[in-house]
Amino acid sequence: MVGITGFGGYIPRLRLQRATVVAANQWANPGIAALAKGERAMANWDEDAVTLAVEAARDCLAGIDREAIGQISFASTSLPFTDRQNAGIVAAALSLPAAISALDVTGSQRAGTSALIAALSATNGAGHLCVVADKRQARPGSTQELTYGVGAAAVTVGAGKVIADFIGHHSITEDFVDHYRAEGRRFDYYWEERWIRQEGHLKLIPAAISGLLEKTGVAADAIDRLIVPVMSRGAGPGIAKATGIPAEAVADNLQANCGDTGVAHPLVMLVAALEAAKPGERILVAGFGQGADALLFETTDALADYPARRGVAGSLEQRREETNYIKYLTFNGLLDMERGMRAEQDKQTALTTLHRNRDMLLGFIGGRCTKCGTLQIPKTRICVNPNCGEHNSQVDEPFAEKPARVMSWTADQLAYSIDPPAHYGMVQFEGGGRLMVDFTDVDPDAVEVDMAIRMVFRIKDVDEARGFVRYFWKAAPAGA
Amino acid sequence: MASGIKDKVAILGMGCAKFGERYDADAEDLMVEAFEECIADAGIDVSEIQAAWGSTTFDEMGVGKSAIPYAQALRLPNIPVTRVENYCASGSEAFRGAAYAVASGACDIALAIGVEKLKDTGFGGLPNMNPAPPNSQWWANITAPGGFAQLASAYRAKHGISKDDLKRAIAHVSVKSHANGVLNEKAHLRRPITEEDALNAPIIAEPLGLYDCCGVSDGAACAILTTPEIAKSLGKGPVVTIKALQIAASNGTEASFNQWDGSHFLTTRVASQRAYDEAGVKNPRDDLSLIEVHDCFSVTELVTMEDLHISQEGTAPTDVMDGFYDSDGTIPCQIDGGLKCFGHPIGASGIRMLYEMYLQLLGRAAERQRDEVDMCLTHNLGGFPHENVAAVCIVGRND
Repeated sequence: MVGITGFGGYIPRLRLQRATVVAANQWANPGIAALAKGERAMANWDEDAVTLAVEAARDCLAGIDREAIGQISFASTSLPFTDRQNAGIVAAALSLPAAISALDVTGSQRAGTSALIAALSATNGAGHLCVVADKRQARPGSTQELTYGVGAAAVTVGAGKVIADFIGHHSITEDFVDHYRAEGRRFDYYWEERWIRQEGHLKLIPAAISGLLEKTGVAADAIDRLIVPVMSRGAGPGIAKATGIPAEAVADNLQANCGDTGVAHPLVMLVAALEAAKPGERILVAGFGQGADALLFETTDALADYPARRGVAGSLEQRREETNYIKYLTFNGLLDMERGMRAEQDKQTALTTLHRNRDMLLGFIGGRCTKCGTLQIPKTRICVNPNCGEHNSQVDEPFAEKPARVMSWTADQLAYSIDPPAHYGMVQFEGGGRLMVDFTDVDPDAVEVDMAIRMVFRIKDVDEARGFVRYFWKAAPAGA
Repeated sequence: MASGIKDKVAILGMGCAKFGERYDADAEDLMVEAFEECIADAGIDVSEIQAAWGSTTFDEMGVGKSAIPYAQALRLPNIPVTRVENYCASGSEAFRGAAYAVASGACDIALAIGVEKLKDTGFGGLPNMNPAPPNSQWWANITAPGGFAQLASAYRAKHGISKDDLKRAIAHVSVKSHANGVLNEKAHLRRPITEEDALNAPIIAEPLGLYDCCGVSDGAACAILTTPEIAKSLGKGPVVTIKALQIAASNGTEASFNQWDGSHFLTTRVASQRAYDEAGVKNPRDDLSLIEVHDCFSVTELVTMEDLHISQEGTAPTDVMDGFYDSDGTIPCQIDGGLKCFGHPIGASGIRMLYEMYLQLLGRAAERQRDEVDMCLTHNLGGFPHENVAAVCIVGRND
């Protein structure tokens, strides 16, 4: 049977405290005071939908042979590139095989569940990596600024060792415009919340669920977990009631500690449910956006053997409170903060160079000398070992998943950084190889020599003059 | 077997512009200022210069590409002129070009000039570097202070030194250089500082504060080289000659192999040992009179004392705190204020170091003059601790 064969998730560790946002903006919009509780996930300045997707996919692919992946789809409404396949960047960062098909899925908050349905329906035995991520922008002072979060999830789909059988799906398409974001616009435009709830959430989602239950012949009271990725309070229970699903089946929508991760949210909640599920649970996932999707899974005995990983639950635990609202605005490009003249340096990327060095720059592939065994990054023509010096002896050596330690470091106030001081230093990889790299996600005054780090795929530079985003790998504290 | 250049090349004359924030001066003004002093000191006419080497690191900042700006500024007589660039060791590289030309017999008289016009950026610190397209896509967001500051983290880890003790030792380095700079009219920074000033200064790159960083200056320095025989025939005496001139460039071992520990300069160790061998220096701690080292940052000077094989490994902080390198110490270091206070116009610095050693050897260093100056060493470093070019030059009298 076809189904889910692997899952993983990622929520950035910064958690913007809603109270600090409300305190800043309440003067302009008193209505937001009701949303002052809890926290929402906030991306670091060097994270976007692509880097979020990579991090979720790495979590998912731990222990999975990447050569077995034959397809990748990436769903988001905040894709960094309108015309450059974003799934292709993710695939390159993951060093997936070249012979795979890749697809960006976008245009609706339902894109994540729709991409998953497409993957499940079309699977041909080769593994399909379905990644979802969103980092939506919200206007300062808006409700969305408080309810949105950022996050990503990834599942592999196929016919191999299935941990959740795909029982069926049902979709409804109706051009219900609760909100929209026009081409070239940064922010969503919303209609009245009460109308969205009554005419949208409480009608379209139940219709899709009822259609699914009818189609699959599964009784409503046989559903163990109901995933409704809707933030408005009462939506989940209301939909459960409308469809006859037990109230206790309604899953936590993560509003309190994460926020709405957009296209990613149905799968973020699904991954959270799978992390806590036992074999034999029926999980129903809804997706909403110009209609609704409903998917039904049943976990198998194989779930019990699925190795634990950071996932969504682990990400939610690895949190750092952010109480500086100005920093949130600056990280998200919502405030034209003074950056100094050093920020004026031209960041044009030579695309020819990027292409020639794509294995190193996107996949973090180095070299291993076949004569002396020395690991080195970047991979070069002549082995760096002074006692070897062999020419053309290096084969590809992936470094992205290697553990490493800090060998030397500094916190630089002079270098331009959106988040000064710029931390960077030399990291030494376990088994050999070293590189001077930027650090990210570090806590002030917490860096020290010998600190354990892991490499993460992040934004290196943004070429504002030309709209290009340059990615590379950075060192992050291993526990972060 | 190569015989080296020991005592084959004499310094006929030297000149150095006033270093500092020379908002009044273009690169041309700085070059001519140094050159006028130099050629008057040499006692020759410009028409007698047969080849020239110029050094500038930030070529788009006021000087321009190629050797033409040097040839035009000095109105050199259609001779071969070459521009060299080797990061902050560029000045030593220009000096080497001229020295090799004389040593080889290719010409009798050669010129080396280094110049840098840095204070046209609009901000403090060095201009942004513009690494080649491949590097810019993966190099860390590294600045000069951030690159060198990492020495401190690795040195502390290796030798088990507390943050406070290391910070005090590097503060002493800067206090000493500021005291020396006060006596130098051509120095950029001429104000004494206290240890408290250094310890409490704003952090630039952890753990380096403002006073751990050298001056970013405009300036130029110049040397005219010839053979000892020609120098004597022109009435020079005593004659200052090159005893050794060695350069070592990183080959990636530090940056990409697994041995280097980040706490020292592999290249300086190699270049200084080769220089001692060439000059016949058996024990640098006993044989050297004065040293001018590449104190771009206080911590660089600290670890360099060990890399020059003067302080034993792990003992540089003790030697520094004991005053071994102070102006009244056993081997005064940075008697002219060093990069720290004389200033650091990148392309000029290697030649500026030799300028002070030349003055000291001839007893012309005014208030800064030390007694019994015999064997002098300059150390000029370009790049970062993990990939750099180290130049070590030893000069002395050829009596």
